[in-house]
Amino acid sequence: MSTSPVVEEPETPPPTPGGARADLRPEHIREAVIRLAGNSQDGIQSAGAFLARLAGRSSQDVMTYMTIPSTISGGASIFQVRIGSGEVLSAGDEADFLVAFYQHSYDEHIHHLREGGVLLYDSDQVEPDPEEKRFVHVGVPITGLTIEALGGTAKDKGKNIFTLGLLSKIFNFDVEKLKKLITERFGGKSEDVLNTALMAFQSGFAYPVGNVLSRLYHFEPADASAQAQITMDGNQALAYGLIAAGVRYGAGYPITPWTSIMEILRSEFPKYGGLFVQAEDELGAVSLALGMSYAGNLSVTGSAGPGISLKTEAIGWASMAEIPLLVVNVQRGGPSTGLPTNVEQSDLYQAIFGGHGDSPRVVLAPRTVEDCFYVALEAARIARKYSTPVFILSDTSLATRIEAFDEPDLSGLMMNPAPDISPRDQEYKPYALDHLTHHAPPGSRMLGDKYPVVTGLEHDEMGHPTGSPKLHAAMTAKRRRKLQELAKEIAIPEIHGDPEGEMLLVGWGSTYGPISEAVNVARERGESLSSIHLRHIHPLPEGLAQIFSRFKRVLVIEMNDEGPYGYGQLASILRARFCDPKIHSLTKTDGLTFRVREILEGALK
Amino acid sequence: MTTAIAVPEEREKLTKKALTADHPTWCPGCGDFAVLAAYYKMLERRQLPQENIVTLAGIGCSSRFPYFVNTHGAHFIHGRAVPLASGVSLSRPDLHVFLFGGDGDGFSIGGNHLEHGARKNINLTYVIMDNFVYGLTKKQTSPTSPIGFKSKTDPTGAIDHPVNPMKKLISAGATFVARSHATQVNHMIQMMERAMDHQGFSVVEILSECVEFFPGAFDSSIPRKGGTYSLIDEKKWDDTPEDEARHDVTDEIAAYRLANLPFPGLFGVFYNIDRPTKNAMEKKWISDTRAKTGNRSDLEILQKTFDRMK
Ligand SMILES: Cc1ncc(C[n+]2csc(CCOP(=O)(O)OP(=O)(O)O)c2C)c(N)n1
Ligand code: SF4
Ligand SMILES: [Mg+2]
Repeated sequence: MSTSPVVEEPETPPPTPGGARADLRPEHIREAVIRLAGNSQDGIQSAGAFLARLAGRSSQDVMTYMTIPSTISGGASIFQVRIGSGEVLSAGDEADFLVAFYQHSYDEHIHHLREGGVLLYDSDQVEPDPEEKRFVHVGVPITGLTIEALGGTAKDKGKNIFTLGLLSKIFNFDVEKLKKLITERFGGKSEDVLNTALMAFQSGFAYPVGNVLSRLYHFEPADASAQAQITMDGNQALAYGLIAAGVRYGAGYPITPWTSIMEILRSEFPKYGGLFVQAEDELGAVSLALGMSYAGNLSVTGSAGPGISLKTEAIGWASMAEIPLLVVNVQRGGPSTGLPTNVEQSDLYQAIFGGHGDSPRVVLAPRTVEDCFYVALEAARIARKYSTPVFILSDTSLATRIEAFDEPDLSGLMMNPAPDISPRDQEYKPYALDHLTHHAPPGSRMLGDKYPVVTGLEHDEMGHPTGSPKLHAAMTAKRRRKLQELAKEIAIPEIHGDPEGEMLLVGWGSTYGPISEAVNVARERGESLSSIHLRHIHPLPEGLAQIFSRFKRVLVIEMNDEGPYGYGQLASILRARFCDPKIHSLTKTDGLTFRVREILEGALK
Repeated sequence: MTTAIAVPEEREKLTKKALTADHPTWCPGCGDFAVLAAYYKMLERRQLPQENIVTLAGIGCSSRFPYFVNTHGAHFIHGRAVPLASGVSLSRPDLHVFLFGGDGDGFSIGGNHLEHGARKNINLTYVIMDNFVYGLTKKQTSPTSPIGFKSKTDPTGAIDHPVNPMKKLISAGATFVARSHATQVNHMIQMMERAMDHQGFSVVEILSECVEFFPGAFDSSIPRKGGTYSLIDEKKWDDTPEDEARHDVTDEIAAYRLANLPFPGLFGVFYNIDRPTKNAMEKKWISDTRAKTGNRSDLEILQKTFDRMK
């Protein structure tokens, strides 16, 4: 991070983009962090998304970060895109380019621009501090030019696309690819809308920005052999992962930041012959999903913290009745309505322990947008095999950011959605003590003539309610053993960095990027730092004790509170599990993702 | 479990014996026994494939029902059985979904779900065994307890205005709403059978005495105890002058008028209309959507989506 990502590379300058001054020397760069700061109604999210998608199409690595105000329309909002020719792990601590649409955008975000960075501002709206000499100032009358280009009714709507044109010139983006993306995006609407967008883009691109900027930039080509890239946000990746996992039914109730998953599933499931139902509330949603799962269709429900709280009684039933279920929690700041549009990892306890009684459930957490796709497959596999509820703990940051990742090989991944209603023989016991429960959904003929009743009451092997102390102990153990069996089959996490040394960072969920980047930066500086990232959080994989034993200190990094005893939620669990005083905790609760710098400071102080 | 199990070709007749499971744990004399007997009778009469019958319930004395019936079943949590049953119904059109529960389960803790299940007209049959009291938890006031009923939570008599089940169900949008009585087995069978044949959210409220905690609650509707048991006289649409006065089950206002009669009121079908079920509408949406994709394979559809995200 200390080195400027803008690297001068004088060899073989690419052809100067059209319209630029002939003496402008394009600079080759490996990556750039571009922050767009404006108001949410200006469509800066969609401009940012275009950039992300373009990068993905150019096989570049990309990661975005955005904040959206929780107010319905308007409010300050940013979209940060980090585009790189190598691996991009986080959205970047500091921006190389800041595009400020308003004075407040400038005032709030100028501190996020690195020294020597470029401030591109709408000179119709922003007056930068004239004393400020640390940045390259580039003023463009974005509002005026957009109105001029589009005329009359559009007012300044289209500033985002105008700016996209401007950035395309500055970064020598592939204009044809971008126009194609714009056409794909707006082509479905009226021809007018598309033409307006293309006009805005064209006039941004034609603006002689070369007169005010001393250089233009050119991304180094990414690895030519790179696989095709898919560009999407974490909620999309999770939703499509569920589809690949053969999940065809589900129910939910809207709540930020889970909502877009249910919106996608509502429109997508019918294409596959399935159905997602908008329920009257979360109690109804989880119950509907359990009805679908009981009927043999592994189903999904989801929410954010407040809604998960409402689902907990029914999830306890799923543990007891041994009905598989996927529960997605896209975490936000809590408790209560909390910080609805900010990120936090404070629902870990809730996922693991948030039920009455001993109610084992599995908890998984995706680490990247790409992993949101694959974690859904893993969750579905586990739910089916162990006939148990499985939590997927995502968060606001994964939900809303866009990343490009290698296209998955779908043909090798698709799971079979069909319910197993094959006849069950005389031996069938719904809750056999000596092997895993395999639920017989309605429609299955019971050749022993005894039809099963699944139940939330403690029961014997045939499902009859029982108060027998022996059976409750045996059944509780049976349900718990599923987690012990599962722990044996999940992979030991890989160590990033040296396999032994001074300090091991432990993370889970969306902190993967900044933690890994912090390790890279520290190692470049010659410090000993390593990390592991937990995807299976409950149960924990085996082999962690051996990994911990090779490090002097273990520091667990997470976005939640340190609690009364000074340890975050995962840190507390690891300390309870390993009774190891060298396990320490680095937490934060400002509702923002970890910066690489914060991790380095916490780890190396 | 799936390896070549010999499935007998011939099906035996579905008898009461085949349908009987655990011996009911209800108190001797509890009205719920008769509801169970009526259910057996109806199932015997209809001879549905046994594996396609689903018997579901929430929590309460009445909700113990599934254990006593040898069909696929689920004993769920208190108040949420309507969405559970909706999930079964919406995802498995091949099944016959029957749901049983009490007044507390349906009208109190599950009241909101009842409203929405009815409004969405989900295809299932729901039998509410109304005893005007919380039986399982031993005599607390229920949402249907009459004013003045002395319970453990209203020792000087209930004061809250009770739910009128018929009105609640009709206004919520249920498309088949009937009322029956646990002492009238034939009537119960008739009502359950009509409810089952109805496409949509069909509910039969059955007055079923809790002999333990509200004995005598329904005496005024039991002729041998000096009460009156009167049936709704449904229109026959036979163009006779008598038919004028009969009840039109599609007339919502008339149904409310009947529902407003003082206890014990009337028994029979209050309201019965045809409105497309959510099941049918979603099914149409699904098949239209499938057609738009060209009925492609799952893999092809997802691949196409991913191609657009490149
Ligand atoms: C969430 C929850 N709250 C409370 C209970 C306790 N509970 C069990 S049954 C019941 C009321 C049952 O009354 P009703 O539904 O009328 O059924 P009945 O026993 O009268 O047939 C209550 C309050 C529970 N099991 N779960
Ligand atoms: S307590 Fe009442 S409702 Fe429950 S079984 Fe006994 S008589 Fe029936
Ligand atoms: Mg009751």
